[in-house]
Amino acid sequence: MSKRIDVSDLDVYYGDFLAVEGVTMAIEPRQATALIGPSGCGKSTFLRTLNRMHEVIPGARVTGKALMDGQDLYGSDVDPVSVRRQIGMVFQRPNPFPTMSIADNVLAGAKLNNRRMSKGDAQDLVEQSLRGANLWNEVKERLERPGSSLSGGQQQRLCIARAIAVRPQVLLMDEPCSALDPISTLAIEDLIAELKSDYTIVIVTHNMQQAARVSDKTAFFNIAGTGKPGKLIEMDDTATMFSSPREQATEDYISGRFG
Amino acid sequence: MAVDTAPASGSSLVDPGQGRLPSWSTGAFAAGGLAVAFLLLLALGSPTVAGVVGLGAVLFAVASTVASFVVEGRRRAVDRLATTLVSGAFLLALIPLVSLILLVVGRGMESFSWTFLTTNMVGIFGDMTEGGIAHAIVGTLLITLAAAVISVPIGLLTAIYLVEYGRGPLARSITFLVDVMTGIPSIVAGLFGFALFTLIFGPAYRAGIMGAVALALLMTPVVIRSVEEMLRLVPNELREASYALGVPKWLTIVKVVLRTAAAGIVTGVMLALARVIGETAPLLLTVGLVAQMNSNLFEGRMATLPVFAFRQYEQGGTGIDRAWAAALTLILIVMLLNLAARLISRWFTPKGAR
Repeated sequence: MSKRIDVSDLDVYYGDFLAVEGVTMAIEPRQATALIGPSGCGKSTFLRTLNRMHEVIPGARVTGKALMDGQDLYGSDVDPVSVRRQIGMVFQRPNPFPTMSIADNVLAGAKLNNRRMSKGDAQDLVEQSLRGANLWNEVKERLERPGSSLSGGQQQRLCIARAIAVRPQVLLMDEPCSALDPISTLAIEDLIAELKSDYTIVIVTHNMQQAARVSDKTAFFNIAGTGKPGKLIEMDDTATMFSSPREQATEDYISGRFG
Repeated sequence: MAVDTAPASGSSLVDPGQGRLPSWSTGAFAAGGLAVAFLLLLALGSPTVAGVVGLGAVLFAVASTVASFVVEGRRRAVDRLATTLVSGAFLLALIPLVSLILLVVGRGMESFSWTFLTTNMVGIFGDMTEGGIAHAIVGTLLITLAAAVISVPIGLLTAIYLVEYGRGPLARSITFLVDVMTGIPSIVAGLFGFALFTLIFGPAYRAGIMGAVALALLMTPVVIRSVEEMLRLVPNELREASYALGVPKWLTIVKVVLRTAAAGIVTGVMLALARVIGETAPLLLTVGLVAQMNSNLFEGRMATLPVFAFRQYEQGGTGIDRAWAAALTLILIVMLLNLAARLISRWFTPKGAR
């Protein structure tokens, strides 16, 4: 249940503005890949191109290639909706649907798509997904309460449960812990460690310790100045990146000697 | 004494130079102001309630501000003055509202009864005190309902287009046209309905639907505007969360955006209904008035409450009582609509974080 993604020479534009330039990277299955770099360097933008979420913004477009197990994500006959069903996403701020209960939030992927399922199947999916997100024991007594009644960290794990309930191949996480306290962050990091045995995970983070803790590969993005495009500076095994990076810029950023 | 205190070198939080007016002072100033105003007006001639209250309020504002300035200092004096002005403005705005309700209830109750609500005006003439408004209630409800059936789908879909799809010159011109439409005088809407149906069915055609179309013309821009506001309030994060689950855009709009905004949409539609239910001019022009019940929207004239009240008042005599009672009924219907809207929107409101 996990696929690799190969990106080659990917440019991302917002209208005429080149936001990210010339990214080439291989994202391995069943591994966590961390994207680090300063604010505005295009890591989130790049992440959103992987499941075509950036197309929500008018004028956003992409040139270059992004292949998932050899299938072109940007092929002319590929529907962005089916791309997103295979590549799920968790956002920076927890965003459970306020009109739905905890159980309905987990089932949102199925319910919003009008997919019919029996009551038993639905209950199984809820339990399985909530267990997968390490949330089951905390909420099993109150599945009918609104999703917004949970704490921030629980809401974020609910969003992860919602994302894995559609059984994606890849899970993208856009700074999933930046709005959470250290304990909730720890819970999510443990969860990522478990999830990567089943899914390909790509995580954007501002927290370098987090990247070091959870990821197998790390990619460093940087930007030359405002108005310039963000670029992939280097990518390697996380251990190598944090001990002996090849580029001076990477070392400066990791050791905190940055701008 | 009454100068802004510079931060003292000792920087104590309690400023020894500043006193406080006791809490009963507000009441005392109010009573004093009223008493002085009464005596002043008594000396000048005959005091009236309005005069005493008005002059008393001015005296109260001046006296309490000056006293506060002397005792408590500049900042608290300004605070007191602002509080007095804000509360005064609120009470002033309340006066016409309360007096209108008292007047309508008082005059309306004279001939308001169950029989009045359940009979029509067939065979009533001269100074007869019988007769009722059942036919006008049915007409008003039917025509307003028909107007809602026409304008809510149009308004909802237009608002969805403007918020979710509309880009560039087309969306801008639609927004502009909606703004223009909001300003259409109701008599013009009536003429439009009249002309439209005259062109299609000939000059003798009269039916409730003519009035419904005219009202829909007035209602649509209000619906568009309020629904648009509500849809814009739905956080983009929810749309993105839905897209990220592989939900197509149209299902996201139907099941996430509209569902989240449902409470506000219902309220907006109800407000638009309340806005048109009392319209007289377009209905006078198109559907006219009859004495008997007509529940067919597509054939013949219909009675409506505003037109009924207008005609009865024009007739004079017992008609004036009927006009007041009809006005009271109209207010009650609008109140019931608002109450229903409250209940429905509470039903739809996302159950909150606790």
